[in-house]
Amino acid sequence: MSKKPLTLAEKVWNSHLVAKGEDGAPDLLYIDLHLVHEVTSPQAFDGLRLAGRQVRRPDLTIATEDHNTPTWDIDQPIADLTSRAQIMALRKNAEEFGIRIHSLGDIDQGIVHVVGPQLGLTMPGITVVCGDSHTSTHGAFGALAMGIGTSEVEHVLATQTLPLKPFKTMAINVEGTLRPGVTSKDIILAVIAKIGTGGGQGYVLEYRGSAIRALSMEARMTICNMSIEAGARAGMVAPDQITFDYLKGRPHAPTGEDWDAAVAYWKTLPTDTDATFDAEVFLDANTLDPFVTWGTNPGQGVSLLGSVPSPDDYEDPNDRAAAVRALEYMGLEAGTKMKDIAVNTVFLGSCTNSRIEDLRSAAEILKGQKMADGVRMLIVPGSAKVRAQAEAEGLDKIFKDFGAEWRFAGCSMCLGMNPDQLAVGERAASTSNRNFEGRQGKGARTHLVSPLVAAATAIRGTLSSPADLESWTNEGGHN
Amino acid sequence: MQKVEVFTGVAVPFRRSNVDTDQIIPAVYLKRITKTGFDDALFASWRADKDFVLNQDAYKNAEVLIAGPDFGTGSSREHAVWALRDYGFKAVFSSKFADIFRGNSGKQGLVAGEITDEDTEKLWQAIEANPGVGATVNLIDRTVSVGSLTVNFAIDEYTRWRLLEGLDDIGLTLRDEQAITDFEQQREAWRPKTLPARS
Ligand code: SF4
Repeated sequence: MSKKPLTLAEKVWNSHLVAKGEDGAPDLLYIDLHLVHEVTSPQAFDGLRLAGRQVRRPDLTIATEDHNTPTWDIDQPIADLTSRAQIMALRKNAEEFGIRIHSLGDIDQGIVHVVGPQLGLTMPGITVVCGDSHTSTHGAFGALAMGIGTSEVEHVLATQTLPLKPFKTMAINVEGTLRPGVTSKDIILAVIAKIGTGGGQGYVLEYRGSAIRALSMEARMTICNMSIEAGARAGMVAPDQITFDYLKGRPHAPTGEDWDAAVAYWKTLPTDTDATFDAEVFLDANTLDPFVTWGTNPGQGVSLLGSVPSPDDYEDPNDRAAAVRALEYMGLEAGTKMKDIAVNTVFLGSCTNSRIEDLRSAAEILKGQKMADGVRMLIVPGSAKVRAQAEAEGLDKIFKDFGAEWRFAGCSMCLGMNPDQLAVGERAASTSNRNFEGRQGKGARTHLVSPLVAAATAIRGTLSSPADLESWTNEGGHN
Repeated sequence: MQKVEVFTGVAVPFRRSNVDTDQIIPAVYLKRITKTGFDDALFASWRADKDFVLNQDAYKNAEVLIAGPDFGTGSSREHAVWALRDYGFKAVFSSKFADIFRGNSGKQGLVAGEITDEDTEKLWQAIEANPGVGATVNLIDRTVSVGSLTVNFAIDEYTRWRLLEGLDDIGLTLRDEQAITDFEQQREAWRPKTLPARS
């Protein structure tokens, strides 16, 4: 008997069904891994306490502090009272409910989406949830990973399951070879510019094609991380040898017979050849340029070689109105060359681009260079371990010699919830994932960029790619 | 969540319409990290006025709120229901509720019953004639009574069932607890475990 061909997402969903919903009721799915941080969890724990409930599986739950944590003077008490209260509540709740926690100062502390993969907890074929929209990051391993709200956090803590409505599937096919200086960040910015911030709504995206297969795990995480910016429920990449190699030997990766059983199963996960998707999108990697945003949502992006668009370029009246408003907020004029836009801050960090490869690739550009006048650069590793590794490799020295601030791990300037914020009207090139109004501070202006563009921009002071640098061309780099 | 069937509590004539969630609980109270203890936040700006109905002796310890039309509009904050619940309210009646507010109520064990504008007026008059009088809310019969006056209220069947059974979302899922346990027993050994911690 031949079985119905299935996509990766459908296979993972089906293997977690605890109860099938009838008459349009949601399915009940088992959750393999629950990541917890301080912002969205306090009321969930309080709800448990109120109802006299326990955490069903502390052994499938892990907490870390990230959103509110300062990135320097981390041995001092947190100044902001709300931030401190959230952190203290997480510590107390973790203790009371028997949950593993990695607090500020601990070597495994860091952004929740950096910590899970680093510990080898994130693996193919599992379900992962977290009270944070960028949980989609973990889909890079071929896991079904979704962000949830606080009442769902409580639900998962109490039951280790979640009622979920079925989804649609979308294939994002990226074929070809990226040119030097073009990265996975540029792929995802181009995808979102193409399908729009609502284009993925109701879908689980699967990134496929030769360009995706060629990417490292860290680069795949960058892509999956931003699936949510296209409105998608989740984003996934099928596991392959690159995935297995990344996982092998990590602290919580399976070992011995368990490893063999796992790999044998993981190899069955990729989408069946004759399976169909509800929608398909195509992107040519061969011709892709570095991509940057000009507006106030991640879909408002263009090639770095292009210019700020005019509202008249949009047919849809809503898009046109959004463009008018975005240009005003961003203080930009239609037709300005993207490369002529000067910034005062460069932020290299966030769960999108704060892993060791991101730091290495930036260091390679920054080495022996001098920062542009009037620019400041914050480099914030995604976890304490990434920080330690970067220091072991001497990257911190390159950053400090360049003039950048080398910080401790956390969400930092990705969002204005900790002391790292932009002032009104300041303009940043940021490797994070959201350029919403006020995201990086009240009145702050954000251009989303790749780590390579961030580094080149810090050198030149205007939005730039490595190809604009003399050193790059001299060394035979691509122009 | 406690089962709700029939109960009697002090009723308040709340002669206001379009009570939005910002009035029920102002945004400044949303920074808290608990899910309880919002009793002081309920109607915080109105309560500063000593003539406000809840500040009158007769309506101390009120449990049943009879409000005008369009109750619970505005932002979707669940805190609005928490605040009403923490203050001691077990039921709210109005001729029209905002959908999200109504949904949040059912999940937290607060009865949100729809009555006609006409019955609202009758209930107000009955209470005002005898301030501090109790109202009897009967979820089985879907009625609310003050003295000899009894009016019907509407509530959707699913929410009513959940309230009668005392089931919150988690309680609902836990009816499948056996299936969860069975599922856990056949989970493969390679799947991740956070404990014991390895670093
Ligand atoms: S780095 Fe930014 S996007 Fe990622 S979890 Fe932190 S705040 Fe959210």
